Amino acid sequence: MGLVYIRYELLRTLRNRKFVIFSFVFPLVLYLAFASADRHDRIGGVPFPLYYMIAMAGFGSLIAAISIGPRISAERQMGWTRQMHLTPLPTWYYFAAKIVAGYMIALLTLVVMYLAGIAFGVHLTMAHWLIMTGLFLVSLLPFAVIGVMIGHLLKPDSMGPVTGGLSTLFLLVGGGFGNIGGDGLIHKIFELIPSYWLIRAGAVSLGGSPWTLEGWVVVIVWTVAFVLLARYVYLRDTSRV
Amino acid sequence: MKTLQDTPSIVLRGVTKAFGPVVAVRGVDLLVQPGETVALLGPNGAGKTTTLDMVLGLVHPDQGEAELFGMPPNKAIAAGLVGGMLQTGTPLDHLRVRELIALMASFYPHPRSLDDVLERTGCDQFERQLTTGLSGGQAQRVRFAAALVGDPDLLILDEPTAAIDVEGRREFWRAMREVVEDRKTVVFATHYLEEADAFADRVVLMANGLIVADGTPNQIKARVGSRTIRVTFPDADVSSLTALDGVVNVERHGPTVILTCSDSDRVLYALLGDYPGLTDIEVTGGSLEQAFVELTREGEN
Repeated sequence: MGLVYIRYELLRTLRNRKFVIFSFVFPLVLYLAFASADRHDRIGGVPFPLYYMIAMAGFGSLIAAISIGPRISAERQMGWTRQMHLTPLPTWYYFAAKIVAGYMIALLTLVVMYLAGIAFGVHLTMAHWLIMTGLFLVSLLPFAVIGVMIGHLLKPDSMGPVTGGLSTLFLLVGGGFGNIGGDGLIHKIFELIPSYWLIRAGAVSLGGSPWTLEGWVVVIVWTVAFVLLARYVYLRDTSRV
Repeated sequence: MKTLQDTPSIVLRGVTKAFGPVVAVRGVDLLVQPGETVALLGPNGAGKTTTLDMVLGLVHPDQGEAELFGMPPNKAIAAGLVGGMLQTGTPLDHLRVRELIALMASFYPHPRSLDDVLERTGCDQFERQLTTGLSGGQAQRVRFAAALVGDPDLLILDEPTAAIDVEGRREFWRAMREVVEDRKTVVFATHYLEEADAFADRVVLMANGLIVADGTPNQIKARVGSRTIRVTFPDADVSSLTALDGVVNVERHGPTVILTCSDSDRVLYALLGDYPGLTDIEVTGGSLEQAFVELTREGEN
C-alpha cells in the first residue's frame, strides 16, 4: 500500500485552494487587526505582537485540525467512502491519511502566522520556535481526533456552525482572546481543556518550560478519550451505512 | 487445503434485514460458485441492493450470515478478493481520473495494469480530467474502473448500467466480457431483463425480499410458459381454458383473453378444434419479461 494514499490525500488538500487559503486568511486578518492596534503594548509581560501571534497561530491550527471533520463528512456524503470500504484499505490508514493532511494545513497556518509575527517584530531563538511548534503539534492531537469524530457524526450542512463554534469556544477558554478566567476556580477548570495548553505553548518565549506535567496529562487524556468516542461513533455509523 | 477455486464465492444462509418496520430481505439463501455470472433480477424494492450490501459487509444481517470464499465478508475484502461497483458514489474530488484509479489500485495486493484498465473501460479518453467535471456516463466508467483495477476474484455490480442509454449499456457489457476472465465470479443486480438474459448464465429473481426463482434464463422462461396466445373470445370460460394442457395462466380483459403457455402449439390446436367462437388469434414469443412479471407477482402473494 505504501504511502500512495497519504501522498494523494496531501495533493487533494493542496488542490482545494479555497480551503487552503481560508485556513490561514481568517487568523491572519484577525492578527493584523489586533497586533497593529497596540504593537507596543504588553499582556502579562508578553509583548502584544507575540501574544496574538501565539493566539492566532493556535486558533488557525486548531481550525485546521477540526476541519478534518467537514472533509470526512463531505466524502461520506459523496458516497466514495463506501467504495473505499470495499477495498483492503485498513481503517486506521484511512484516518492516518486524513490526520496527516489536517496537520499539513495546520503547519502551513503556523508558518504563515510566524511570518506575520516576525513582520511585527517578534523575536525568538531557534530553540524557542522549535519547542513552541512541537508543543503546538502535540496539543492539536485531541482536536484532530474530534475532527474525525464529528466527520462521522454530522452531515456537511451542519459543519459550518459546529466547527466555527467549537474552535471559537476552545480558543476563548484557552485564553486566546486574553485571560478571561481570572485566577480562581474557573481558571482551574480551563486548565483541564487542551486548548489552554495549546495557547500555553507560546509561553516558551518567556523562558522555562511552558508545560507542566498537567499539560501533558490533559492532552493525553483528551486524546485517548476522544479516540474511544470517535471509535464508537465510527462503528455505529458504519454498521448502518 | 482447499483453494479459492473450490470454495463457493458467496454463501448466504437465511439472511434477513429490516429497516424499521420495512423488511427488505426475508430469509435469503444463496450459493454462488467460482466462475458463475449471476444476474440478481427484480423490480425496485425487491431487496436486491440490500442483499448485495449484506454480501459486501456494508450492511449486517439481522439474522443469518454471509460468507465470501469461506470467510466473513470483511476478511475477504481485506484480502483483496472483492471488487464492487455501487449505485452511488461520486468519484473523490480534487483528483484526476488516472490518479483516482491509481489510488484504488494501491489498496490491492495484485492490481491490474493501470493503463490496461483505463483503456478497456474507456477512461483513457478523459484520464487527465479532474473528477469534478465528469458527466454521468464518465463517472460510471470511473466506478467500473475502480471496481476492476484490484483484479478481484468476485465482482459485485449493483445496477451498473442504471443511468446509461442502450448503446452505452452494450458497450459496458462488451468491456465486461473482455476484461473479466471466465474463472472470475460476477454478480450483478439489474431490472433490465434483456441484460440478465444476454449476459448472465444464471438468473436469481427476487421479489418482495425473497428469491422467487433461480435458474438459467431458459429455465426461468420455461417455468412460467414461454409464449402468449391472445384471442378475442367474448364467451370464454376461464376455468375450462385454464384446464387445457400447456396453459399456465389465463387472464381476461373484457372480450380479450390472454393465455400464457408452456406449450403454445398444443394449446393452439385445442383452441381451433374446440372453441369455434374465437377470433383475432395472436401468438407472441416468450420473453424473460413475462417470466419476470409472473414470478414477481407470485412472490408478492
